[in-house]
Amino acid sequence: MSTKKVISGNYTASYASMLCRAEVVPAYPITPQTTIVEKIAEFVASGQMKAQYINVESEHSAMAACISAALTGVRTFTATSAHGLVLMHEMLHWAAGARTPVIMANINRALAPPWNVWADHTDSMSQRDTGWIQIYCSSNQEVLDTLILCYKVCEQPDIMLPAMVNLDAFILSHTSEVVDVPDQKEVDDFLPQFNPEIKLDVDEPLSFGTLAFPSSWYMEWRYKIQHAHDLAAKRLVEEAKAFEKHFGRPWGGLIEEYRSKDAEIILVTMSTIASTTKDVVDSLRDQGRDVGLVRIKSFRPFPTKDLREALGHAKVVGVADRSHTFGNEGPLFTEVKGALYNHDRRPPLVGFTVGIGGRDVLGSTIEGLYDHLEKVADGEAYKEVRWIDLIGDEEEVV
Amino acid sequence: MDRPRKDERPDYKTWKDIPLTPVCNFTTIKGNPTGGWRTFRPIVDMDKCIKCGICWQDCPDAAIVWEEDHPVWLYSHCKGCGICARECPSDAIEMELEVKI
Repeated sequence: MSTKKVISGNYTASYASMLCRAEVVPAYPITPQTTIVEKIAEFVASGQMKAQYINVESEHSAMAACISAALTGVRTFTATSAHGLVLMHEMLHWAAGARTPVIMANINRALAPPWNVWADHTDSMSQRDTGWIQIYCSSNQEVLDTLILCYKVCEQPDIMLPAMVNLDAFILSHTSEVVDVPDQKEVDDFLPQFNPEIKLDVDEPLSFGTLAFPSSWYMEWRYKIQHAHDLAAKRLVEEAKAFEKHFGRPWGGLIEEYRSKDAEIILVTMSTIASTTKDVVDSLRDQGRDVGLVRIKSFRPFPTKDLREALGHAKVVGVADRSHTFGNEGPLFTEVKGALYNHDRRPPLVGFTVGIGGRDVLGSTIEGLYDHLEKVADGEAYKEVRWIDLIGDEEEVV
Repeated sequence: MDRPRKDERPDYKTWKDIPLTPVCNFTTIKGNPTGGWRTFRPIVDMDKCIKCGICWQDCPDAAIVWEEDHPVWLYSHCKGCGICARECPSDAIEMELEVKI
């Protein structure tokens, strides 16, 4: 029997790690993630959770400990945010290359300077190429469900990839919602024990992560990471169906389409901005306006095929990014454009950089984006990339 | 995928054959002579050595082996980091500049 709990996004992640029976949790505190590992420390201290809790000296060490533990064949969990995540950067590459299914909650937070602890996707976007699966959540329930699903998919022998489950700082991390928390038996019945084919074993020593030459197998090992991402894209959807059957709650697919199938004007976004956008879509639809939303849940693997099917019919597509690649544009915008470029139907696209450093993205902000997209649909000249709600002046075209 | 057997060099034909991550049962000491990187060579004074085994235990690679009752340095592998000399409780190990030798 599941229990309804009113808990924050952070506590949801803590409960998920306990229910998934993470056995090693190396942790280092950082705002706004800290309450995840504090709660896990309580679970371990009270004996509720049978895990080794390791206080480490940095996030780099936290990830190194996760990788080593995972190589011995135990299930691992850690959590971080912002500067903690970027300090892990080297080890993130290592976790994926070593094919360790480490699962981590990342609280999306801005990077300094200036110091800013609010919602922003720059931290995880700058880990895009590390080989990690990246899922972006828009509710606390989705945090719980995604963590269970990620353990299920990532530990499969042909996947063996690490996954980062992302939730927006404060908007989810510190906001309490009703979460349907399954009981231990329900999770145990869905999630088998982690049992990798090859593991570190003192009785039969092996060298891991040894040298590979240009002429033999380094490139093939990189290709195998890509191949596993291709498989993971399918497996996430398949296991989501099994999840729904088991827990009675849908997880869906790599993207979520909201009133977009018959819409001419579609906004693509992620995480909690998408939740607000649903309300805006409803109210604009009530006014007879032809708008819809596509929410990207899985950024890696990137849902190219799904996006082509979901966006090809649109008259215009906007992409709202909560981060920016300096010297270019929002990374989500780049990737959505890339997905559509080789498609036979290619609507014009506009990139919006919004909500940087936790600036509120209100219903009125999103309505403004749809207003802008409607003008583009009507044939008005437009800037390809817009910074939304800059104080005082609009961005300057140089 | 099968666990690699001891001292076996499998004959892989395609990316499909290789394990998910590089794993082998050869230690680097067998496969890769790295002694040429060394600047300082550890030299032990066996009169001072108390056979405690700390150098053998603290060597971060596998460049010191234990033979009967004393340590032996594998100079084809030792990179000269100097940890053994730093940790030796009886100061029996000196680091000598290679060019002098």
